[in-house]
Amino acid sequence: MGSEFVPLSLPPLLIGAFAAVACALPGNFLLLRRQALIGDAISHVALPGIVVAFLITGAISTWPMMIGAAGAAVISVVLIEVIRRLGRIEPGAAMGVVFTAMFAGGVLLLEQTDTSSVHLDVEHALYGNLESLIWLDATGWGSLLDWDALRHLPPELPRIAVTLLGVVLFLWLFWRPLAISTFDEGFARTLGLRTTALGLALVVVAAIAAVAAFDAVGSIIVIAMFICPPAAARMMTNRLGVQVAWSVAFALLSAVLGYVLAGYGPLWIGMYDAVSAAGMIATVSGVILALTAVFGPCRHRAGAPAGV
Amino acid sequence: MLAQALLLQLGYNATLVTIGAALLGAAAGITGTFLFLRKRALVADAVSHATLPGVAMAFLIMVALGGEGRSLIGLLLGSAVSAMVGLWCMNALTRHTRLAEDAAIGAVLSVFFGFGVVLMTVIQSLGVGRQAGLEGFLLGSTAGMLFADAVTIALGGLAVLAVIAVMRRPMLLVSFDPEYAAAQGVNVPRVDMAMMALVMAVTVVGLKIVGLILIVALLIIPAVTARFWSERAGQVVILSGAFGGVAAYLGAAVSATAPNLPTGPIIVLFSAALFLLSLLLAPGRGVLAAILRHRRFQARVHMRQGLLALAQGQEIFEPLTRRLLRRAGLMRADGVATDDGRAQAAKALRDEARWAMLRRDQAQEAASAQYDGLRGIETVLTADQIAALDARIGAPKEAI
Amino acid sequence: MDIALVSRDGKKITEPGGQDSPLAIRGLTVSYGEKPAVFSVDMTVEAGKMTAIIGPNGAGKSTLLKAALGVVPAVSGRVQVFGKPIARQRGRIAYVPQRASVDWDFPTRVIDVVLMGLYREVGLLGRLRGRHVKQAEACLDRVGMKDFAHRQIGQLSGGQQQRVFLARALAQGADLYVLDEPFAGVDAATEKAIIDVLKALRAEGKTVVVVHHDLATVAGYFDNVFLINTRKVAEGTVAEAFTADTLHDAYGGRLATAQIAQVAG
Repeated sequence: MGSEFVPLSLPPLLIGAFAAVACALPGNFLLLRRQALIGDAISHVALPGIVVAFLITGAISTWPMMIGAAGAAVISVVLIEVIRRLGRIEPGAAMGVVFTAMFAGGVLLLEQTDTSSVHLDVEHALYGNLESLIWLDATGWGSLLDWDALRHLPPELPRIAVTLLGVVLFLWLFWRPLAISTFDEGFARTLGLRTTALGLALVVVAAIAAVAAFDAVGSIIVIAMFICPPAAARMMTNRLGVQVAWSVAFALLSAVLGYVLAGYGPLWIGMYDAVSAAGMIATVSGVILALTAVFGPCRHRAGAPAGV
Repeated sequence: MLAQALLLQLGYNATLVTIGAALLGAAAGITGTFLFLRKRALVADAVSHATLPGVAMAFLIMVALGGEGRSLIGLLLGSAVSAMVGLWCMNALTRHTRLAEDAAIGAVLSVFFGFGVVLMTVIQSLGVGRQAGLEGFLLGSTAGMLFADAVTIALGGLAVLAVIAVMRRPMLLVSFDPEYAAAQGVNVPRVDMAMMALVMAVTVVGLKIVGLILIVALLIIPAVTARFWSERAGQVVILSGAFGGVAAYLGAAVSATAPNLPTGPIIVLFSAALFLLSLLLAPGRGVLAAILRHRRFQARVHMRQGLLALAQGQEIFEPLTRRLLRRAGLMRADGVATDDGRAQAAKALRDEARWAMLRRDQAQEAASAQYDGLRGIETVLTADQIAALDARIGAPKEAI
Repeated sequence: MDIALVSRDGKKITEPGGQDSPLAIRGLTVSYGEKPAVFSVDMTVEAGKMTAIIGPNGAGKSTLLKAALGVVPAVSGRVQVFGKPIARQRGRIAYVPQRASVDWDFPTRVIDVVLMGLYREVGLLGRLRGRHVKQAEACLDRVGMKDFAHRQIGQLSGGQQQRVFLARALAQGADLYVLDEPFAGVDAATEKAIIDVLKALRAEGKTVVVVHHDLATVAGYFDNVFLINTRKVAEGTVAEAFTADTLHDAYGGRLATAQIAQVAG
């Protein structure tokens, strides 16, 4: 079993799971700050960032692309804020203007550029290619201790692992200021907390998570994982820490179950080809959300929203 | 070639598509305005992404029934059904759970799209997907469009516009002030539903041209652009329709001139260019106007505060206030008021006293509510009224 | 009366009267858009006293305090807290915002909200320990909410929510307490509980500033009043500044003369 599982299934499973958790963690705070769709915006604008990075460097290399995508994310967030403030436009509409325009620019650039020699297209950006992230040097579980084999792990795996670590570190360090400023921004300011900087830092961390995940698994998972696991976790508990724990559990469940269903599900119903793992992971997270929305113990509102 | 395209001389199909796009753009711009004024712009994003499983499902069903799966009408029908299901899920999530609308939008958008992608890979494994050109639904493609498809789109755009023309009054009323509309006997939920139906219609008709990822731009960007130019809802609607129509017309025409100019993104970029111009240059809400206005406003506040401080013999420490007073020749470098400064300071102080007196007059409540520290009293009272106030205050105090 | 905060050459001038004021505001103008909500307001809060900020709806009461504490930006003006810029005195201020300003569906318990008040004490890297929880529980006890420590905040009534906010402020252990409409929409028991706590704070030598809307209770609750209607109308002890004249000035026709005669001595 190990001889097939370790090279073919373990890396994509781990990458999917890490990506899901890395997005779900900041997603909890975005959700509570009514910024759930920032994830949507970020994953759309990553495309132009990546294309521009490609045009500048002329090659598909990871770091410039990550920087390009993260830069585009930051630019989009600043633009959204500028439009919202100066034009007195509601945030949703401001967001809609910015990410669609930037995405359109990305698509146009991509069509105008000769990328036939490299693997860069819109579909890849949307669906990712989780299934192809295999580890051919592995021969079984023993390879996990084999340095030579480990060196040939798909590079996406260590990258997303490091990103996840960074996200966890950020949340661990800034947990209380984030919680305070999310709950009561005015009070946080009187404590001397830099709430604007904190909000921007959260978005940047989310962007980094999105870009790292996006590189491996495409933007659908990114959007779904920013929102669905935290939203489902919200129906399970009334405590922030517990909610975050649930969201991690749901993200892991979606990633694992989605990957397995995509790979083996079609075989069970008599079809030959696997379906998109990214799509299936998003679908599973939706099913989990639907279940919690119907059965979750804390699915109803407990208190009045702000401004009532 | 570009001139030909803009003048609709690139062949029958291209012409039809360009006209259809313009109609669609106008319809989307107008529909989007209602959505935007109702602060639900991104609902359209959920609706459009939710069409994907429907398109795929319709294709699979048509294939299963022995057809080719290419019928545009059939695919659009499927997309409408799944958009409706998506909309229902979104409403259920916001109504029956604690989730806010933005989370519900994101959840529906990503899950439906994800499921659609799953179905697309199923179609690909059947080996007939490519021919059906279902990818075109993601980003839109007008290249190689059939005549019947072009007619469908043009007629669809026209139909949406017609429905808007009939429904515009109640929709405007509801998007402006739903409570007032309800009091006027408008059935608000039904109008809301009609609005969503229009959004769905625009989405479905636009799928083939703009694609489901970018169709939301047609609904949002023109409305936001128009908002920069007018404070009146009726005008915003018309402007938005115009912006949408123009952007779509230009985009469709330009994209017809070369093979690697995808229609959807080009239309969106034209739309975004109009938006950017408005953001910067619009007279009321534009960035340049806002910056100028804010600086003027800040200067007025500091001048007024400075004059009042001079009048009361207080020292002024705000550097900006000092700079402004000195530049206006009202204060010397050592902080002492000039003659001119003394006169204006006395006037400012006297105005304050007049306002204070005015406030005590219950009959003048509306006038005194205009006070904001900056407004000159002569803008709310006649000279006679001011004289009457002065008489009650007594002789002007000596300026310092 | 007027206090020099910074001299022309940038050095501080020591002048009697305002240097040790818990909250000294000079020339503060705040504006939402083009119309100032607060115009050129000076305010000097007296130490160890309870001060009410009163004025009609939309007169800028809350805005004045929010801008003074840096919650919203000001167009111009200076603020000093205990004679120093506010940035260096954060630890000495406790702020109680309006109840409606937060989302009460937030996933947190009563005790967690009170623990937020200990943020500066615990610090970014410090850990919450048993003594912090004890401290928070003691604060809840002071407002009569100890039994609710582990409830989800959404389950509280309006009055209970207000008391939790007050407990959070108590946890801050500040010298200056600034409360925004703490008595708005609360039950009589809560009002009593809150005013008792505030009076106890005053007895400890703390300074309390409250945005207040109920003219009938001003004389009973407060030492000083500050009347505002976009600009300052009057400031001083209740006897000096809370008179029929000043109320007329602040409220204009909005308050019938009979009402004014009733509340003002």
